[in-house]
Amino acid sequence: MADTRRPLSPHLSVYRWQVQMVTSILHRATGIALSVGLLLVAWGLIALAGGEERFGHFTAFVASPIGIILMIGWSWSLFYHLCNGIRHLVQDGGYGYEIVQFVRSSWASIIVSLLLTALVWAWVLKMGAGA
Amino acid sequence: MSAYPKEYRNPLKKARGLGSAQHGVSHWWVQRVTAVALVGLGIWLVSLVLRVLHADYATARELVARPWNAVLLIAFVVTAFWHAVLGLQVVIEDYVHTRWKEAALLIAIKFVAVLAALAGLLAVLRIALGA
Repeated sequence: MADTRRPLSPHLSVYRWQVQMVTSILHRATGIALSVGLLLVAWGLIALAGGEERFGHFTAFVASPIGIILMIGWSWSLFYHLCNGIRHLVQDGGYGYEIVQFVRSSWASIIVSLLLTALVWAWVLKMGAGA
Repeated sequence: MSAYPKEYRNPLKKARGLGSAQHGVSHWWVQRVTAVALVGLGIWLVSLVLRVLHADYATARELVARPWNAVLLIAFVVTAFWHAVLGLQVVIEDYVHTRWKEAALLIAIKFVAVLAALAGLLAVLRIALGA
């Protein structure tokens, strides 16, 4: 699309580091990760419909070391994209554009998403120990 | 016939052709509406996954087969894949500047998303209807 004379995305290296930049990049990165994660949701449903053996393959993958690392990544991606998505919806309503609010809500997205991820995995471990 | 000028189009028409395709507002709005829906559906999905996590095969199937769970799962799959395509489209348009690669990726994500969503929907229906 370089020949259309439309403005392209600005080059990243012209900015100094700031948290709003990180939340913006993370929103895209987690969005891409979650798109791949959706395929896993589809696989899980197809496996569940396909019978006990197929569902066994699926749960074996999810419970494998790679599967657990991916699940931790996807759970944080989901909570981050959720928190920062709500932040963006509020901003779409025209609120929170003061620089102080903007920085504060950026940190809130990051910290709350980490807390929710920790909470969910604490719950998973607790249920796993009880079962 | 040969008396017609070679160029019929007003220069203004050309200039306008470089601008909006008029689909931006609908893209923007649908992305927000699906985002609002996914705030609720996403949190609900996490709760469902947590309930399925330590369940055996029969219990997992029974949970997904419940009417409300099946309906919300279908709503989630459709909304999430739709939202994912809209988001990935923006990322591709921003960063892929070779026209044929951009077009191929834009078509590919739609094909994959529609296939995966349809397969996921059929799976939920098979489970819900006991087929």
